[in-house]
Amino acid sequence: MSPHETTAGWAEEAVREHAGSPHPSREEQVLERIARARARKPRIREERITLSHGAGGKATHTLIEAVFLEAFRNPLLEPLEDGASLVTAAGRLAFTTDSFVVSPLFFPGGDIGDLAVNGTVNDLAMCGARPLYLSAGFILEEGFPVADLQRIAASMARAAEAAGVQIVTGDTKVVQRGKADGCYVTTAGVGMLERDVVLSAAAARPGDAVLVSGPIGDHGITVMLARGELDISADVVSDTASLHGIAADLLDAAGDGVRLLRDATRGGVATICNEVAVASGVAVVLEEKALPVRPVVNGAAELLGIDPLYVACEGRFVAVVAPEQVAAALAALRAHPLGEGAVRIGTVGEDPPGLVLLRTAFGGTRIVDLLVGDPLPRIC
Amino acid sequence: MRYVDEYRDGDKARALATAIAASCEPGRRYSFMEICGGHTHTIYKHGLEDHLPEAITLVHGPGCPVCVIPMGRVDDAIALAEQPDVILTSFGDMLRVPGGRGSFLDSKAAGADIRMVYSPLDALKVARNNPEKRVVFMAIGFETTTPSTAMTILRAEAEGIENFSVFCNHVRVVPAITAILDSPDLRLDGFVGPGHVSTVIGCEPYEFIARDHGMPLVCSGFEPLDILSSIHGLLQQFADGRCEVENEYARVVPWAGNPKALAVIDEVMEVRETFEWRGLGWIPDSAMRLRPEYARFDAEQIFGVPGVRVADPPACQCGEVLRGAIKPWECKVFGTACTPETPIGTCMVSSEGACAAYYNFGRFSRSRVKEATAP
Repeated sequence: MSPHETTAGWAEEAVREHAGSPHPSREEQVLERIARARARKPRIREERITLSHGAGGKATHTLIEAVFLEAFRNPLLEPLEDGASLVTAAGRLAFTTDSFVVSPLFFPGGDIGDLAVNGTVNDLAMCGARPLYLSAGFILEEGFPVADLQRIAASMARAAEAAGVQIVTGDTKVVQRGKADGCYVTTAGVGMLERDVVLSAAAARPGDAVLVSGPIGDHGITVMLARGELDISADVVSDTASLHGIAADLLDAAGDGVRLLRDATRGGVATICNEVAVASGVAVVLEEKALPVRPVVNGAAELLGIDPLYVACEGRFVAVVAPEQVAAALAALRAHPLGEGAVRIGTVGEDPPGLVLLRTAFGGTRIVDLLVGDPLPRIC
Repeated sequence: MRYVDEYRDGDKARALATAIAASCEPGRRYSFMEICGGHTHTIYKHGLEDHLPEAITLVHGPGCPVCVIPMGRVDDAIALAEQPDVILTSFGDMLRVPGGRGSFLDSKAAGADIRMVYSPLDALKVARNNPEKRVVFMAIGFETTTPSTAMTILRAEAEGIENFSVFCNHVRVVPAITAILDSPDLRLDGFVGPGHVSTVIGCEPYEFIARDHGMPLVCSGFEPLDILSSIHGLLQQFADGRCEVENEYARVVPWAGNPKALAVIDEVMEVRETFEWRGLGWIPDSAMRLRPEYARFDAEQIFGVPGVRVADPPACQCGEVLRGAIKPWECKVFGTACTPETPIGTCMVSSEGACAAYYNFGRFSRSRVKEATAP
């Protein structure tokens, strides 16, 4: 057993405890009042969209639930998973879409093109589907260099080939100079759900293990530094990659022990854990010492005052796995080139429901909440 | 990470925690105020209170640069941003601070050109790159950041950049501490003293606290082990019957401060007779403004700032939180009407604000979780 498999063991014990004194203190009463306030239906208070609404944190969740879910409400949309699962005569299909506005368009390790393909492929893979077909929509700004567009298209073609998908339909719009920032790409994708598994953020149970497929935060930090606004340079490249292969290997090895898969894009690992805690009504307890963060990413994040737990990856995912399948799951992940750094980072517990706790390396405990505001806009 | 991880070591923390527990006089309770918001942030982010015995209470102080900005100054800055051809530049922390009529973020969404920068030099770069615009830097912060604002003004002068100005909100830490010491509703035993501020002003300005008020102060670094050893230092003073200013952060803080930085501040700025602090009211000699010689870089002189006065919302108890009179969760609106998404008070906005730190990191029942998460 590797050290990483054991580090979160304390948490398993921890979360079995369900203390809760019969006479809550004044502070505890306040905390209960806050928990009730947070459970209320979100209401959008702002009169205009701010950058926070796109950050993947609390404001994004409120926007989705108060505007889009309110308008489109249906049973397929309601679970708010990475993609919808459709039942057809031909079998079960997964269907998803994603838009890309990253700035700069080209960065070490990738560009908006492979990001757009991998992002949608990964959303399908996280549903447990085999990705098949993609669409691609382009919004281009007047004056955008054709050579850059060709470079983006070539990169999309390479990524599609690597992922075994075809881009079979598309659309192009051009807007006046100044009305867009060069090039935005939207992709949608369909895949076949061939396995008899249901992956859902609501499926986590106490005792489950939380795994991550490799070092976190590489993509977000790379893009941030590539903007050149900070006069910091670091030897780090984006982790953008298609995850369908490693996800399939994991599902083959750990079968129905896999509760859910989520790629750790906008909002990072912290946001996924919060989604799981709320959707499943459980606590997620993370171990800071077990978090895989490259020293260079850690250093840059420290300088920027950003917590790597919230920094986007484009080729890493979180898996929640039943305790008896943890060893098999980790072995399968580590056997794949994209999962060599896979580790267990925490455990699902019962109490307090809806919260993510972090046991710090320093020996304390704190909450890991959804992020408010956007420390790194336009990262994908 | 070198120079960081060694100050976050769990084993060393446990050893210090044992020493701290042993240094407490049985039956006695201690209240220590950490002045800096950076310390408050560290305390919650690393779960430092898990290492402290019940006898020690940490009281969060006023040293959060964003938290002390009154609503009127936010409105004034928005009024600047709404003037023709103005780009307002600001640290990211300020963007969500509510003024009387919304925040910078709201104003930006409504069309004002407000940009986030990481330093005043970045703001100067914006001015250099946009010669047809008038670029205003929203300068905030204690003596830690004042020298960089002053340096930037000197740089603008040297380069002949005329479209750059500063909306100066720099504040001074000692008058704020004096206001705390004069506050009737507070009983403290000592201070975890400022860290980065002291790199500029040194430790000498705090000596009156020990001498005249009989309270020890230990200047502390910002890593969690720094804070634990500063608390240990305070307890040692009680055990030895001493009452002094000590410097735990000697690796960064020179006793006499940084004379060059102080000279740069003095060259460009002078002390204001009085300045309004969020929740603390008007405090004499508590802030800086540009000297008349640099009026052409002073946004308050160039634009005629409206000088808005906005009373704090009646429900908001930021003042009591900033004075350490109440804990964040004791505020009437904490966590229900006032949250990081919809802050009423400034303490809920900045990552260094006590309310935000408690809400984001400490909002769980320690008694329920403490035993549960013990290794």
